[in-house]
Amino acid sequence: MIVIISGNFLLSNNLIFMSIHWFKTIRSTLILLLWWMSAPLHAQLNIEIFGGGASRIPIAIVPFAEENKLHQGITPVIGADLQRTGLFKLVDSSGLSPHVPTDVVYADWVNRGANALVIGRTVALSGDQVEIQFRLMDVAKKSQLTGLSITVPKTQLRAAAHRIADVIYEALTGDVGVFSTRIAYVLKRGNKYALQVADADGYNAQSIIEYTEPIISPAWSPDGNQLAYVSFENKKPIVYVQTLSTRERRAVASFKGSNSAPAWSPDGKKLAVVLTGQGGSQIFLVNADGSGLQRLSRSSGIDTEPNFSPDGRYILFTSDRGGSPQIYRMAVTNTETSNAERLTFEGSYNVSPDFSQDGKSFTFIHRNDSQFNVAVQEIGSRQVQILTNSKFDESPSFAPNGKMILYATEIDGHGILSAVSRDGQTRQHLSVQTGDIREPAWGPLPKWK
Amino acid sequence: MRKLAGIALIVLLSACASQTTQPEVDDLTAGGAGSGSGGSDLMGSGSGRPSYFSQLQDPNSILSKRSVFYDYDSYTVKSEYRELVLSHARFLRDNASASVILQGNTDDRGSREYNLALGQRRADSVKNMMTLAGARDEQIESVSLGEEKPRALGHGESAWSQNRRTDILYRGE
Repeated sequence: MIVIISGNFLLSNNLIFMSIHWFKTIRSTLILLLWWMSAPLHAQLNIEIFGGGASRIPIAIVPFAEENKLHQGITPVIGADLQRTGLFKLVDSSGLSPHVPTDVVYADWVNRGANALVIGRTVALSGDQVEIQFRLMDVAKKSQLTGLSITVPKTQLRAAAHRIADVIYEALTGDVGVFSTRIAYVLKRGNKYALQVADADGYNAQSIIEYTEPIISPAWSPDGNQLAYVSFENKKPIVYVQTLSTRERRAVASFKGSNSAPAWSPDGKKLAVVLTGQGGSQIFLVNADGSGLQRLSRSSGIDTEPNFSPDGRYILFTSDRGGSPQIYRMAVTNTETSNAERLTFEGSYNVSPDFSQDGKSFTFIHRNDSQFNVAVQEIGSRQVQILTNSKFDESPSFAPNGKMILYATEIDGHGILSAVSRDGQTRQHLSVQTGDIREPAWGPLPKWK
Repeated sequence: MRKLAGIALIVLLSACASQTTQPEVDDLTAGGAGSGSGGSDLMGSGSGRPSYFSQLQDPNSILSKRSVFYDYDSYTVKSEYRELVLSHARFLRDNASASVILQGNTDDRGSREYNLALGQRRADSVKNMMTLAGARDEQIESVSLGEEKPRALGHGESAWSQNRRTDILYRGE
């Protein structure tokens, strides 16, 4: 159940102005507050922030009343969510504990440099239910910007915290929040491979399927209900589609030769796949049930890693038709084509393209010397920005709001999840204790968004 | 896994040293990294093994050698592996009911999907050589495992060189 406490739920022009104003005026050099370290120690994933943006919204988050009686903290989750975006600076709230607007002494928060203040309380209801009331206060205007009351089972406290973080993020930035989305990735532990789905912050990981043979290339269906992936369980790569709720799965591309690189069309009706049965690695379309095979690309080189534009009219893909692997764009039509426009020109190795949700840019892996890094290119201007400086990055995918990119990288020989803000200013690792994480894919917005 | 890598290294070294003279016993038939565990749908009915398998597994026969290795960024079958590939091609030509799956492999640098395509090229290059030498297209399925099934673990040329390879697996064996 969700009740909006204030009518200010949607962003007003006034708020947009205020956000911009904040960005322009707050230019403090930031020493990162290790505020989230108060998070429970049983956390599977740890967050580290390496860099920092020059301007962040200073926000104070007061632990909610009675929150410490719950088995799962709310405000640490909200704080970690906001901080991960690189757009917020958490202001120390120690010693002050307002929970309702009448408790707030705004001068205290002005002194601490906070522009926004989050307060709230939790109420244990009968049964397993918990009510969480929160309010986002504008410190300068001494008024409430927005607020929400959520009632959830005790098992859903993290999900409730993510929704609150979404509301705060949306009110202060004007962009849609992605804290309630999910991610998929492959976890290798010993000789076992698990396809896992987790919350966007890496918590609540669940194995969808486990094998002793490799799994690669998970791809979310646009409705978030299914994952396509490549499994090697049968001595060769075969593309499967699996429904998350029922775990039911079907082979959608199991032709002679290799079958790989599934990508969903935006309407969820078709998949682009790479097949080798007709010679070389070439891009084909199949219906989501595996019927209606149609060839799309025709080249004498490798064509792989297809990715649909948000409007479904184009496919980005990797091809070495020009001599080195580069990213190309082809139109999706009813006939196969050898025509494609080359998009990347810097360097001799550019692979793994993923469109941003507005279709105006794409993220990819760029090799420079022996380093493989996450990069973004604007399609219109062809401007390229390298966002990371690690050694072995792979599988970048945009958050559904285009503001962050999830990828896998390697530390001490182990694959870990990492995320970087679109501007490259904030990066963090989301690392598990044991095992290799690879092939992450950021899922779509939940349906209620 | 380190032990497996060590064994694979020994096999590679001996394979290189012997070339066309004394064939060594390859570890692939013992379930080396590329071959995985049995019981696959792809591997045929399995009831009543054809007599030709004894020939394939004779350690004194070149047919017991099942791996072709490649230079960096290359899918050309090197001359030292030509006789190995042609021997299997002739065997397929002479045993119409025999069939193989060729698994191309790469080292672990770069995109997994792009490496899958590169591994496919390696398997395809062996397939082309075999069909030119008289094996029929239907007897051969070339596939890729990309970088997913390394025989040797770790970064560095000694591991990478073992992973740039095509394995020849007979169905039903």
